[in-house]
Amino acid sequence: MTALLHVDNISKRFGGFVALDGIELEVEPGERLGLIGPNGSGKSTLVNCVCGTLQNESGSVRFDGDVMDGLAAHERTHRGVARSFQLPRPFHSMTLADNLRIPLLYTVHARMGPLRSASDLEARCHDLLEMVGLAKKAKRMPRDLTQVEMRKLELARAMAAEPKLLIADESMAGLSHSEIEDILTLLVRLSERGVTIILIEHIMSAVMSFSQRLAVLVSGKKIADGKPEDVVRDPEVVRAYLGQ
Amino acid sequence: MSTAKFSLTTVAIGAMVMAFAHWFHVDYLFFASYTILQFIVLATAWNILGGYCGYVNFGSAAFFALGAYSSVALIKFDAEIDAWFSEGVAGVLHHIFPLPIPVLILFGALVSGLVGFGMGYLTLRLRGAFFAIATLAMAVVLQTLIVNWDFVGGSRGAYIIRPENLEFAGIEINYIEYLFALMLLLAVLALTTARVIERSQLGFGFAAIRDDELAAEACGVPTLRLKLIATTLSGAFMGMAGAPFPYYIGYLQPASAFGLEYAVNSIAMPMIGGTTSWVGPLVGAILLGSAQQYATVTISSAVNLLIVGLMLVAFVIIAPNGLIGLVQERLRRKET
Repeated sequence: MTALLHVDNISKRFGGFVALDGIELEVEPGERLGLIGPNGSGKSTLVNCVCGTLQNESGSVRFDGDVMDGLAAHERTHRGVARSFQLPRPFHSMTLADNLRIPLLYTVHARMGPLRSASDLEARCHDLLEMVGLAKKAKRMPRDLTQVEMRKLELARAMAAEPKLLIADESMAGLSHSEIEDILTLLVRLSERGVTIILIEHIMSAVMSFSQRLAVLVSGKKIADGKPEDVVRDPEVVRAYLGQ
Repeated sequence: MSTAKFSLTTVAIGAMVMAFAHWFHVDYLFFASYTILQFIVLATAWNILGGYCGYVNFGSAAFFALGAYSSVALIKFDAEIDAWFSEGVAGVLHHIFPLPIPVLILFGALVSGLVGFGMGYLTLRLRGAFFAIATLAMAVVLQTLIVNWDFVGGSRGAYIIRPENLEFAGIEINYIEYLFALMLLLAVLALTTARVIERSQLGFGFAAIRDDELAAEACGVPTLRLKLIATTLSGAFMGMAGAPFPYYIGYLQPASAFGLEYAVNSIAMPMIGGTTSWVGPLVGAILLGSAQQYATVTISSAVNLLIVGLMLVAFVIIAPNGLIGLVQERLRRKET
């Protein structure tokens, strides 16, 4: 089977600081990949390069058979890459339903052609909110939400674009145990629908229970990639995390 | 209400104002309402970029002046036809010129729209205060260009003689009434466009850009393209508002066309009315425009900007989301 996402030797520097240094990464369709690494190891930069928020300086990103280098972020979203942000970035002047309307209008329409009817759109927004358990708050504003609800909205908005690949960038940071369980259940459900998921996370228990494969970034380099239980025993990974 | 019904209603209201003024035989009513209508167009145009997309444009006066000066350039061109062309060509051109004002308006829209597009392309990588400063700088550059362009009068300014009457299908129409009717149509066009945008996919995209550009892009919104649409539309409407201005004012000079009054008013009016809906600029322009007209007649014309300043300060403190925001907030509180 060919990989859905193929990150081929990409590098990115900010001035003299090398954020990504020749990263190679393949993700198979339907896979659940965990991506971990200490703060500042380049995880978010990698996400930004895959999603088009930043452009990599060398190497290339292939998705679903197409080279995506040079494409703007919205074009990559149209092709099926969606992301949630580390810090939730809702459209704060819109209701929750309208927040989901944006990707539906701009991505799903763009892909499928003719405009959906207003009631169809309405139903889609409702389904998505139902999925994350926010249906009752469809008419509320993002400022009325709790932290965990905000994360759920963020995931729902990413899912509204009907992606093939979902990149969840630290969607559980700062949440309580039960809230983490909530989000995990949600992610597993999405994965069961056939969405490929890359989970970036610091909370090891969550990463270990979710991921089928684990990749580790340290100072812009990938130092391990494999089965989660093997990777966490890798001496180099232990050294990077605990120091030696 | 459907778009067609909406435009008809606004035209009907305007026609009533016009009939009222005509009935009283007061030219001043036309002059005053023309100014207010002109500000409705300017404020609505500003709001398409500033209110919907969140990009604050300090260069409104420049787009307005470009519209006015493109008219002046075409009028001057008409005067020079005999000197510049051979008899044959001049004969043909005399059939075309002088151009009727609606054509001048279209031309003004084209020029200002193109400049809006160019400015958008050059400056939209800038955000917040930096974008605002860039628009201000553009206004200064354009004013300098006009001041040094002798053909349109340079810093001396240009006199445009307004005909007393306009003959249209055998009926004689008072010229100021004609200008008023044109500006009324422009205001209807601007308001209708703003209202259509607000309820369309484009409007949702604009709002997403205003709230969070990065997230908008991640949701698939082509932010650069949308922002270019906004700068072009906004610029074109300001140009349209400016195109008939030389005929209205009779004497156009750079200092008046590029005046602070236009830049400040087109920001203050949507701010006072409320920036998230087409109603805001309309309410703001009527309120502020009438107050200024009243002050001009009763106190002095210099008090104009003082009123704008005071009202802006008051509204920023009392109602940061404008009058519309104030009403919406009340309604929401009642609901919950």
